[in-house]
Amino acid sequence: MIADMDLRIAHLYPDLLNLYGDRGNLMTLAGRARWRGIDVRIDELRLGDPLRPGAHDLYFIGGGEDRQQKLAADDLRGVKAEALQQAAAEGAVVLAVCGGYQLLGHYYRPSEGDDLKGLGLLDLTTEHPGPRAPRLIGNIVIRSPLLGGATLVGFENHGGRTRLGAGARPLGDVVSGFGNNGTDRTEGAVAGHVYGTYLHGPLLPKNPRFADHLITSALRRRHGDVALAVLDDRVEDVAHKAAVARAGA
Amino acid sequence: MPGRIARGIAPDVTSRLARRLRHGTVIVTGTNGKTTTSRLISHVLGLGAMSSVHNRAGANLAAGIAAALVQRSTVLGRVRGDVGVFEVDEATLPVVQPSLSPRAVVLTNLFRDQLDRYGEIDIVASRWRSALRELDPSAAVVFNADDPLVSDVGGQHPGVRIPFGIDDDSCGLGTLEHAADARYCYRCGIPYRYSTVYFGHMGVYRCEQCGASRPAPSVAATAVVNHGLEGIEFDLNTPEGAVRVRSPLPGVYNIHNVLAAAASCLYLRIPLETIARGIGTFSPAFGRAERVQLNGRPAVLLLAKNPAGFNEVLRTLLRAEGQTALIAINDLTADGRDISWLWDVDFEMLTGRLGRVVVSGLRAEDMALRLKYAGVNPQAITVQRDLGRALEAAIGATDGSPLYILPTYTAMLQLRKILQQKGIVSGFWED
Repeated sequence: MIADMDLRIAHLYPDLLNLYGDRGNLMTLAGRARWRGIDVRIDELRLGDPLRPGAHDLYFIGGGEDRQQKLAADDLRGVKAEALQQAAAEGAVVLAVCGGYQLLGHYYRPSEGDDLKGLGLLDLTTEHPGPRAPRLIGNIVIRSPLLGGATLVGFENHGGRTRLGAGARPLGDVVSGFGNNGTDRTEGAVAGHVYGTYLHGPLLPKNPRFADHLITSALRRRHGDVALAVLDDRVEDVAHKAAVARAGA
Repeated sequence: MPGRIARGIAPDVTSRLARRLRHGTVIVTGTNGKTTTSRLISHVLGLGAMSSVHNRAGANLAAGIAAALVQRSTVLGRVRGDVGVFEVDEATLPVVQPSLSPRAVVLTNLFRDQLDRYGEIDIVASRWRSALRELDPSAAVVFNADDPLVSDVGGQHPGVRIPFGIDDDSCGLGTLEHAADARYCYRCGIPYRYSTVYFGHMGVYRCEQCGASRPAPSVAATAVVNHGLEGIEFDLNTPEGAVRVRSPLPGVYNIHNVLAAAASCLYLRIPLETIARGIGTFSPAFGRAERVQLNGRPAVLLLAKNPAGFNEVLRTLLRAEGQTALIAINDLTADGRDISWLWDVDFEMLTGRLGRVVVSGLRAEDMALRLKYAGVNPQAITVQRDLGRALEAAIGATDGSPLYILPTYTAMLQLRKILQQKGIVSGFWED
């Protein structure tokens, strides 16, 4: 009974980690759920706000500038770490983009200064190869096994190089662009219902099937398996194809 | 090109020529308002009988500045002009400033813009800090008091500091909008408390922890009357007295540009009455609220290149009666290749307000999708990648009220070319 269903989303640090049009991801999740008659509530969790495991079906963390990312990292570890780990273990979906993605790993090692310790929700580490190393910037297209090999499109812009451990699978293989580190052709990471990626653009508007995958996974926690109604995605599909072409993929 | 060639022959050409300018040089930098502010300064200085050398709009890297100087020089190295007024790319300031030894540096604002090219606004700010440390202490820094980051940077200059700002709560929005960038105190990391927000993160702010707050502007706008697309009117308050000014430049954001220009010209000892006359007679720089006639129908070109600028343009046009818009989004280097910023613009303002929106440019499809989420009726949206055809479609859809044309930077250049070929606009903007 879709009509009785609700999706509870927590947006972490909306005022700090919002560098790359990240609110487009929230608009997409909320829009695609509401267009199907699913009630949506989005709570914003800021610095100092406690996170209650069980209160939300999906947690979103975006990307920010270094200064903001440091503020968020301290709060994430100090205030929200245990609860977020518990929520993820209980089946809540976590989606993190760019800086947020790096924070889900074991650590981020900047080109100078101390490591920024992460949450360890994803088995990965990120290192910045030094101030002279180029940032990895540009349009990106990947193929994701999660979507039966369908493409995901976005834009990436990161200095850190991420390497996955044995406990995480890549979100996809790079078709065009740099991905996690510019060398091993992997992009993003998945472990259970925890997803991390460098794709912004923002990520979800032009990748509606991935958005639906996340909505379905998030609803499963309290509502079981849900078959989502088909939406008119013509505008999305045209934009997706245009982005694939623009990336030269 | 002449700039690049000249610098190849004599790498210090800029500093050698700049030294010959009798009244020195003014540099204008910042994310938004560089072109408008520097052109307004040149215009006012001209009325004050100072002839200025300035670079072409957009030619604001080292080569463009060298070219401007070379083109205005004789073979013997004499420069025809009294004063240099140069808009300088915000990321390039530390590179360009030493060779110009400016008398005044104008800092307009810092917004997110073209992140893929510049990195983050904090990085740009730290470049400014290092540039200002090298600045001669006898030089003036003219800076936007309403921008917390800019005034933090400008306030560190040990020499003459000239903060400018708006002192009128009626210009306030009430709340911080989504495009706001500098919400957290640069010293202690807690959110600023704003008593007024003008747009973006511009406003009257204070950090309740360390007490850092907006400096009192020495050049201020009060009693503002916003005439929408017809321009702005306000009392210009200065240490030399106050005068009522009326500018054809539209929107609250242009108040800052006018204040920055007025403060700079006062510092160069131009009389206040001359400044007021200059403000009233200055026509907008190309594409900045420029009016044209297309097939006998009125159109307004409004350059929109980043979220803060776009929001201001949208707010301004919603005060007018037009029903049709052409939005052209490119993602070339000069536009910023990352167009995710479209999702930080509050296009929701347009919902139910426009009868027809034609989207065009290299990322037309992204724009159409953004409008779908903004709640604009899909039936009202036309996607036409080709700019020439998009322009035809948009003109055809107007009902006699003005057509709003909102292009990114390179889309604006393409549009100019199309309009020039049609004989609608001249190439004056290239000067």
